[in-house]
Amino acid sequence: MLFQDVVFWMLSVMAIGGALGVVLAPDLFRAALLLIVVFIAVAGFFVLLSAEFLAVVQVLIYVGAIAILIIFAVMLTRDVQRGNLPNRLQIPAVVFSALLLAALVTVAVDTKWEFLPADQQARVELVQTNSVTTLTGELLTEEGITGPEEQAEVQEAGLADLLISDYVLPFEAVSVLLLAALIGALVLVRPSPGAEKG
Amino acid sequence: MSFEAFMIVAAVLFCIGLYGSLARRNVLAVLMSIELMFNAVNITLVAMAKYLAPAALQDDISSVLTGQVFAVFIITVAAAEIALGLGIVFAMYRTHDSVDLTEATSLRY
Repeated sequence: MLFQDVVFWMLSVMAIGGALGVVLAPDLFRAALLLIVVFIAVAGFFVLLSAEFLAVVQVLIYVGAIAILIIFAVMLTRDVQRGNLPNRLQIPAVVFSALLLAALVTVAVDTKWEFLPADQQARVELVQTNSVTTLTGELLTEEGITGPEEQAEVQEAGLADLLISDYVLPFEAVSVLLLAALIGALVLVRPSPGAEKG
Repeated sequence: MSFEAFMIVAAVLFCIGLYGSLARRNVLAVLMSIELMFNAVNITLVAMAKYLAPAALQDDISSVLTGQVFAVFIITVAAAEIALGLGIVFAMYRTHDSVDLTEATSLRY
């Protein structure tokens, strides 16, 4: 537990420091690089929360695709020389964000969360890491899951299975959304037919 | 490393992203701040999936993955959003010759 706590605090410092850098860095290119630090820290949080598959997806999509796209955009627009300037709404924005932060922290601390019972925690972690590991009967027995029915249940519960069974409709909707976004982005960046060339 | 600690870190990340998206002039800085907010929401979803949801656990063990499924969808939507957002940024750069939000006033009058 102690090791996990140390990792958690290191990741927190990385994420919050990086995020502050993203919004406050005077140089937009450095802000984009600090954004990658935040993404990697969030991937670390996912590992701590036994969501290994999401951590891999986070690195692949956020660090590998989104951050690189943003860096391309920073390089391709000339405004990078002007730096990361604030607008006139700076003070209201600080006040509003601080108030929201206070409200969120109060809610997080004051709410009486209904936690999982401690004996269920190992089972939940096992199911949540299931999406990247093949669970053998011996491993399940080691974790205290001995009944054959229960073992079959845990082995069948996986993120990929859920995505193509219970959540197949949102899954298909999201694929259509991605296609639409792809076509939309192509249409947006294509030069308009009437515009002069060059 | 309690549940509340995760929620507080996510809240801090979200509020930093909110400040950034409200107070920056560069479109790309605003897009980056929006990504920060997406990440904060993902942290809360995954943390809640791990620590909470005792009622649903009784009938179906796979319901503990609901939070992670939601996070997968949010990541997908974020990818679509950034592709479209950058398309709009480039379109704006072509028409206004700048990515400064305070200069995008075509719809004001």
